[in-house]
Amino acid sequence: MPERLLLTGNHAAAYGAMLARSEVISAYPITPQTMIVELLSELTASGRLDAKFITVESEHSAMAACVGASAAGARAYTATSGQGLALMHEMLHWAVGARLPIVLTNVSRAMAPGWSIWSDQSDILSQRDVGWMMLFAESVQEAQDFIIWMYRVAEQVFLPGMVGMDAFILSHTAEPLIVHDQEAVDEYLPGFQPLYDLDPEQPRAYGGLVNRDHYFELRYKVYENMERAGQLLIDAGEEFGEVLGHKYTPLEGFMLDDADYVLVSAGAMTSNVRQAVRDLREKGIKAGLLRVIAFRPFPVKQIRQKLGGRKKVAVLDRNMSAGHSGIFAEEIRSALLGRPDAPPVYGYVVGIGGRDVRVETAHEVMNDLLVRDEPEMSLFVGVKGLPIGPLRSDYEIRPLEPLEVMR
Amino acid sequence: MRWVVPEAEHMAEGTLGCQGCGGALSMRLVLKELGQDAVAVLPACCWSIIDGPWPVHALDIPVLHTAFETAAVVATGVKAAKTIQGKDTTVVAWAGDGGTFDIGLQALSGAAERNEDILFICYDNEAYMNTGIQRSSSTPTGTWTTTTPDQRPEARPKKDIMGIIAAHRIPYAATATAAYPEDLEHKVRTAVSIKGGMRFLHLLSVCPPGWKMEADQAIEVMRRAVRSKVFPLYEIRNGREYTITHWPDDLPIEDYFSLQGRFKPLLGNDEMLELVRENVEERWQTLLARHERSHSGAPA
Ligand SMILES: Cc1ncc(C[n+]2csc(CCOP(=O)(O)OP(=O)(O)O)c2C)c(N)n1
Ligand code: SF4
Ligand SMILES: [Mg+2]
Repeated sequence: MPERLLLTGNHAAAYGAMLARSEVISAYPITPQTMIVELLSELTASGRLDAKFITVESEHSAMAACVGASAAGARAYTATSGQGLALMHEMLHWAVGARLPIVLTNVSRAMAPGWSIWSDQSDILSQRDVGWMMLFAESVQEAQDFIIWMYRVAEQVFLPGMVGMDAFILSHTAEPLIVHDQEAVDEYLPGFQPLYDLDPEQPRAYGGLVNRDHYFELRYKVYENMERAGQLLIDAGEEFGEVLGHKYTPLEGFMLDDADYVLVSAGAMTSNVRQAVRDLREKGIKAGLLRVIAFRPFPVKQIRQKLGGRKKVAVLDRNMSAGHSGIFAEEIRSALLGRPDAPPVYGYVVGIGGRDVRVETAHEVMNDLLVRDEPEMSLFVGVKGLPIGPLRSDYEIRPLEPLEVMR
Repeated sequence: MRWVVPEAEHMAEGTLGCQGCGGALSMRLVLKELGQDAVAVLPACCWSIIDGPWPVHALDIPVLHTAFETAAVVATGVKAAKTIQGKDTTVVAWAGDGGTFDIGLQALSGAAERNEDILFICYDNEAYMNTGIQRSSSTPTGTWTTTTPDQRPEARPKKDIMGIIAAHRIPYAATATAAYPEDLEHKVRTAVSIKGGMRFLHLLSVCPPGWKMEADQAIEVMRRAVRSKVFPLYEIRNGREYTITHWPDDLPIEDYFSLQGRFKPLLGNDEMLELVRENVEERWQTLLARHERSHSGAPA
């Protein structure tokens, strides 16, 4: 029988790895992810989870251990955050080139300096181009379920996948969680069937020197399988509903059908944006929400369908690519580029370094969107001393002033 | 004790190694005693090339190539998977001195400290050869490399990797070289037979182009390294019990250095040469004392 518990996002992730029957787990502590490592240590030590837990000396090594384990045919899992994910970078590429369906949970936090453990999507989005699938969880339930959903697809396309969840807002917040029945999960996610597993009976070399006459094709195959993953995520998300009771999709709309003004968001802040959309509807404003769940593969076609013909689109980014714009905004713009019905896309940068993104923040964004003509690349929301709007060098920014405590 | 070198070959002829490559010969000899139920993990090093470009593969065990600094931990991951699957496969991490002494040291220390059930083998050619002969922390005093040119040769002594490994108190560590194949095979056999913990082999491996010498002197030069006490052959059990396995004679160190063009700066600098001589002697005396203590019947 499924169990109903009150758990944090971190503990839910550990349960996800357990329900998925991860066989080799290797991870390194970092705030705010540490609880995942601790709980998985407990679960393996007590025998509740029959897995090997390798207490490595760094995140680089955590991913390297997963690479070794997965190459030898085991289902491998790790979890990290911020600096740890950055340190893994080289091995993230390795997992892709070696075509290893490792799953990782990243608790998104801001990058140092200054040291900040607070919510910010810059860490995970900096890994945009490594070739990992990426899902953004909004709830504790999803922090658990997306791991299972991800393995289901990863092991069909032989690509790794990461599940992002927000620091503290999700990682440390307790919500009701349905811990699925193990037998049902086993039905949904059978054991890993590797194509190769370093079998001494078949002495092959893996990942060695490859000349210019082959490398391009190997990468083409990565691209091809990432494309396949788009449909597989849809299918596996649907099947998740049939077998485990929650249907998941790469994109999720809320009050979208007749919306003129669409707010686009990803991750835990979406809950507040959703509330703002409800409020706006009550005021008679035709607002809607589009939540991006799958970031890689990016659901380009569906985004065109969902956003084509709208009056205005505002993308909320809890991250920014200096010299360009918020990364979700950038991706949405490029998906819509050249479409005859493409709406103007306004990029809003919010909540950097864990500054609150409240229901009021979403209202502020909508108020600005309604009156603004030019779809700016980056409109900053909540920088001290700077009214909402684009970069303006004639304003005095006041970093040392304490944050106004929210009314 | 009868020491033998098995005749069976497990490495294809015609690898991409240079003539006289000690790294290639070391692998060939190690495979003879490794057994067939084995997997090798290769970080970036000359062996990334020697094994051949895809789809060529020179060894008759599987090889997993990996990033430069990850040999020990990728091997750990492979071993974890094999263990979960109920297999007893020997997992070998095979790294150069760069992948052991330098960039690979963190993961190596982690694996050694956790006493992972892997066999780590370092083939040590005393520089980064893959990238064209740059110094490593294994490069000895007075050596020319492309980053320690004749005008500013390597000033520091070679890092004491065996001391570092011994400090981790792993069950077995040993030095060896292909110039003494029976001794090497004995150590591989011993390392393979000790299960359940970390084993480490440090193999001095000549590199004729990197050492600026003739390929036909490859075996001779490694032999002289042992005879002159520059590279003594010994074993360490549990980080404490030392056994010298081959007794050097009193070959002058100059006879080792003079075979190699890379030591030209050293041989032209009397002061530096004296320092090196003292250093070799001091290390030998330390080793000897440890050997004697280990074999005196007194607690080691
Ligand atoms: C992170 C990283 N930095 C640098 C390199 C480039 N690189 C490849 S092999 C190598 C040197 C290898 O030296 P060593 O381990 O001594 O092996 P050898 O080539 O001498 O056999 C270097 C610097 C790399 N592959 N990865
Ligand atoms: S450069 Fe040296 S180590 Fe590399 S293959 Fe040639 S001889 Fe061997
Ligand atoms: Mg080297």
